[in-house]
Amino acid sequence: MKIVVPVQLVPDLVEELVVDKSGKALDLDTVRWIISEPDDHAIEQAILMKEKSGGEVIILAPDFEGVDDVLFAAAAKGADRLVKITGDFESGLNAHALARALQPLVKDMNPDLVLTGVQTHNGLDGPIGALLAEYLQMPYIGYVSGVSVQGNKALISKDYPGGLKAEMEVSLPAVLGVSSAESAPRYVPISKIRMVMKTSKVEEQDAGDLDLSGAAVVTRMSPPESAERATMITGKVDDVAAKIVAIIQEQGLL
Amino acid sequence: MSGAAVLDTAPNATAQGLLGDPELWHCIQCGTCSGICPFGYLMDFPPSKMIAALRSETYQKVMAADTVWMCIACSACTTACPTKIPITVNLMSRTKEELLLEGNIPSELQAALENSQRYGNPMGESPRKRTQWIQETDQVPFMGKDTREADILWFVGDYPSFHTGVQPTARAFARLLNALGVNFAILGNDEQSDGDSQRLAGERGLFEMLAEKNARAFGKYTFNMIVTTDPHAYNAFKNAYPELDIRYPAQHYTQFLAERLEQLKPLLKRELQAKVTYHDPCYLGRVNGVYDEPRALLSAIPGITLVEMVHNRSTSLCCGGGGGGMWMDGFQWEKAGVRLSEWRVREAVRAGADILAVACPYEKPRFEDATKTVKGADKLLVKDLSELLADAME
Repeated sequence: MKIVVPVQLVPDLVEELVVDKSGKALDLDTVRWIISEPDDHAIEQAILMKEKSGGEVIILAPDFEGVDDVLFAAAAKGADRLVKITGDFESGLNAHALARALQPLVKDMNPDLVLTGVQTHNGLDGPIGALLAEYLQMPYIGYVSGVSVQGNKALISKDYPGGLKAEMEVSLPAVLGVSSAESAPRYVPISKIRMVMKTSKVEEQDAGDLDLSGAAVVTRMSPPESAERATMITGKVDDVAAKIVAIIQEQGLL
Repeated sequence: MSGAAVLDTAPNATAQGLLGDPELWHCIQCGTCSGICPFGYLMDFPPSKMIAALRSETYQKVMAADTVWMCIACSACTTACPTKIPITVNLMSRTKEELLLEGNIPSELQAALENSQRYGNPMGESPRKRTQWIQETDQVPFMGKDTREADILWFVGDYPSFHTGVQPTARAFARLLNALGVNFAILGNDEQSDGDSQRLAGERGLFEMLAEKNARAFGKYTFNMIVTTDPHAYNAFKNAYPELDIRYPAQHYTQFLAERLEQLKPLLKRELQAKVTYHDPCYLGRVNGVYDEPRALLSAIPGITLVEMVHNRSTSLCCGGGGGGMWMDGFQWEKAGVRLSEWRVREAVRAGADILAVACPYEKPRFEDATKTVKGADKLLVKDLSELLADAME
């Protein structure tokens, strides 16, 4: 079983987001990059499957600042191959472009299963999983929270809104958009990461010229603006608290 | 012999490693450690039973239990041990280290460790906001930005920097330093968590990484001594960093101020008519023997009556925050159904105190929370010593 896991780095929301001078994009100088949470779950799911029935796990990630840390952490968890995709991502990357860039790389790897996060919080043109499946001519299932492989088929647990779950069967190879792994992403002790940094190799593969077409065009980007109906309560902390309590009492909630 | 018995007696790396520690062989199985441990009564394997399991080659059972995470590294066991075994570090933290390497840790602790890895502080705050506690009226010079040389490098610590409830203690200490005319500077956003609680929670590699980052920052500047507002940082600089060959003279701020008491006394003009009791922090008192300096400082505030709680000095009770306990309140509540901070606050109330004075940044939020739930504690004020001293200057 060969599992390929393409992951992405997204802006870490611990830092304030700043819009750049163009007014259409984030100021990348202020962004701290972090692995997209569903992608972290995709890695965990792949490792869990490898631990259960063996196989090879390959992690692919575009070259953003901090990508080596993400790759080495995955290796410390048990990933076998680490691939950094290089290219000009600074001038803009979208799901369509990334999926197109991933297609030949993933195809060459000849995977049985492609696991990727079902979404990214900064994605404007859909998940890369569905697009990649289309370009690879493979079936796709999103919102996956469990996978078990039986021969050339996989039994998938898929989440629906409202707490509903579906069990689906899919023939392999397939692309799955993981929303959560069967258990939470594990902790990787620093000592393991440091050991892996000495022994693991990060391969580099070039994304080539990016084709950015097909994605949404951003015309303006701004922080959320307060609507007219919102009442901003200002003043000292105690006064603000008293006003909030009064409003809640007025609504009969206390 | 059944298959299960074979599994139970199979030696493992942890047991082998611990068995090689000669100090653990000094155990006389008196059980003092298990008795004095504030959570010993609910541990499947309190310290003395851990050592017994080690000797009987059944350490697998200890590794399969999760109650070692109830250890808050308060060092009560180590202090009470008649054969002077360093139980907290050599047994408890070593066992946590092995559990952590196996990936077996409480999820709350995992979050704090991941935050420390990524952001250099356990609460997951932006490292760019480390100095946001400083207000316009505070005079706090930065190493790098304002100077490259100072007499004192003030290591502020995570909680005084980021926790809104503890930030007033940092501001108070800044006022004290300025009032005493001390030539000082802070590292600013280059400061990282001291890593000591992460080390005692079993993440030694993370401790080393944080220590190395701090050492790189220290190395850029010239100073004579580190003074810190956190006893855990003080313990790190005094006892743990030297193991990594990072050596700087360090003091807790109460030691630093006590040495300047004669200079400080004339500044303490405002009377405080209050009964004050002092809580000895584990990593200032029990672990590092600093008991008198904080009391001398409190006694210098005009009007104060100092009263002692039943447990004081080396028998002081832990607030529950050490050794990773600060980040495992849910886990510990689930196991124990009690909070150590509430126990302590009950003692402060019984001592008749108006103010519970603290000197460790973990304690203020923990004890303040406890005053909200302990009967009769609603009027008890929790104040850091730095705040009491700064208030007395007005």
